[in-house]
Amino acid sequence: MRRRRAGLPARRGHLRDDVTGWLFAAPVVVILGVFLLLPILMAMWVSLTSWNGQGSPFKGGVPFVGLDNYSRLFTRDDLARQDFMTSIRNNVYYVAIVVPLQTVLALGLALVVNSRLLKGRSFFRSAFFFPSVTSSVAVSVVFLFIFGNSGALAQLLGFFGVKGPEWFSDSRGVLHLLLGVDTPPAALADHGVFGLSWWEWLSGPSVAMCAIIALVVWTTSGTFMLMFLAALQDIPVTLEEAAMLDGAGRRQRFRYVTLPMLRPTMFLVLTLGLIGTWQVFDQIYVMSQGAPAKTTLTPAFLSYRTAFRDFDYGAGTAISFVLFLIIVLLTLFQRRVMRERRG
Amino acid sequence: MRRLASTFTGYAILVFFALVFVYPFVIQVATSFKTEPDAAASPLSPIPHPLTTAAFERVFTGTDLPLWLGNSLLVAVVLTAGRVFLDSLAGYALSRLRFRGRSALFGAVIAVMAVPGVVLFIPKFLVLNQLGMYDSYLALILPIIVDAAGVFIMKQFFDSIPAGVEEAARIDGAGPFRVFWSVVLPMARPALITLTIISFQGAWNEFPHTLVAVQDPALFTLPRGLADLVSGSLGGGTQYPLKLGAALLATIPVAVIFVIFQRHFVRGANEGSSKG
Repeated sequence: MRRRRAGLPARRGHLRDDVTGWLFAAPVVVILGVFLLLPILMAMWVSLTSWNGQGSPFKGGVPFVGLDNYSRLFTRDDLARQDFMTSIRNNVYYVAIVVPLQTVLALGLALVVNSRLLKGRSFFRSAFFFPSVTSSVAVSVVFLFIFGNSGALAQLLGFFGVKGPEWFSDSRGVLHLLLGVDTPPAALADHGVFGLSWWEWLSGPSVAMCAIIALVVWTTSGTFMLMFLAALQDIPVTLEEAAMLDGAGRRQRFRYVTLPMLRPTMFLVLTLGLIGTWQVFDQIYVMSQGAPAKTTLTPAFLSYRTAFRDFDYGAGTAISFVLFLIIVLLTLFQRRVMRERRG
Repeated sequence: MRRLASTFTGYAILVFFALVFVYPFVIQVATSFKTEPDAAASPLSPIPHPLTTAAFERVFTGTDLPLWLGNSLLVAVVLTAGRVFLDSLAGYALSRLRFRGRSALFGAVIAVMAVPGVVLFIPKFLVLNQLGMYDSYLALILPIIVDAAGVFIMKQFFDSIPAGVEEAARIDGAGPFRVFWSVVLPMARPALITLTIISFQGAWNEFPHTLVAVQDPALFTLPRGLADLVSGSLGGGTQYPLKLGAALLATIPVAVIFVIFQRHFVRGANEGSSKG
């Protein structure tokens, strides 16, 4: 898309155009360069050292450890690997529940709000969307109270005669609870990979993690609902009418008309969901800091903790690069799946 | 009859979800006006009994909240002004100026948008530390004063302005900055408002960046101070009116802006999505 300026010969003034263009973009280029690109390069170096935060990591005397910070996350049998694998396990369960749940909820809400018969739809739209614009920290404080031991949820469950768990101190895995097994079968407890037994890998999210899952689904669904809503409004009415004339019922219309039209948005919501859920941090920091029994530890929080609390910047940085890799791989994988489906 | 029943079920589901989404805020407001025993005894009740503003008095006299509020305002205003101005400049260049390397630069902006922010915590700390900026207002502001998504939004908007609007001004001898400032920018008002609002919201709510940029409590913004106030007291039932009151004060500015400028938030959310 090249626009030619009227009256200006193509050659003359080329250099001046270059200077003007780059001058306009200069602040953005410089700041992104200094505070995004440069730091990533610096971090790559630091991840190869065992810098402890004293002095500069770029002077002599900082121990160089090569790829040790990376390999020990996978191969060495110690606490660092155990914590890292635990955080991966927690985050996998978190992603596996949050992404489908928020996608389905967002789609459902969008369908209802989009209904032509609905009165007061702008009110409902605002109500569902509002949580996503508020401060993650402030909202986490509210949910700390709601899920607290004498909190609103406990009282609500009490009305139905149910005694809820002590959410934030309950480290029991939900899968274990569902199956009703307290003592691990020896076959699962005695074997495992990457420093965790199969029993630990198969725990499901802990009860405490479920509270955080509820909070996150509650906050993010509104944004995704808006995306679905925009897509729904782009579906031509004539298409629905044609399907209706062909005798398609409501379910069939949804299955064969609406859903296929929503596919690009679905892909977008799933991708953004996947990317976002691997980055969960604020809520963990405010609500649990990884407790109880490390069952809400996530790679993002672990990398922060390793660097800024344990002063092992090399290891912390290595964890964030592994996380980066996970996110990139997932995005690429999903793009590929979608392309194959479309092709 | 069937239609009536389905309408009714539809509304019932809708009202249920509306309650789920709104009631936590009701509880928040109510609890911040409750006494501590009342908050513990009837956490669900939307009516404080007795009604008291003691929590807010303690928020203002017993915590550093006034300081956090001041820092938040300062940082959010500077960040918003900076982002709107600098993102527009770059967006304008990418959309309407012809220069070598333009498409490469646009590709770089798109790539930057894809970098997950959470992996940048330690890197950002490293560079702030190296430049001697750690623990300063500059550290809170400078690294996040431009954002790639804002550049993208502005570029998209400038693309939609018909070519040739700059001609008259250019023939009158106006320089490129003048053309941008007095001809094109005024036409971009809707996009500027959207960008202002989402920038302010983002800046006001920003939390993780403050964690790696400052540690001096005198430099805490509202989210940071609030996190400091509550973390470490896992599930403890103490001082909830105070904490929820402080959280309420952190929510109000964005809530007010949301009520007034809602369609801009909606547009912001959908603009952000079109990049995929």
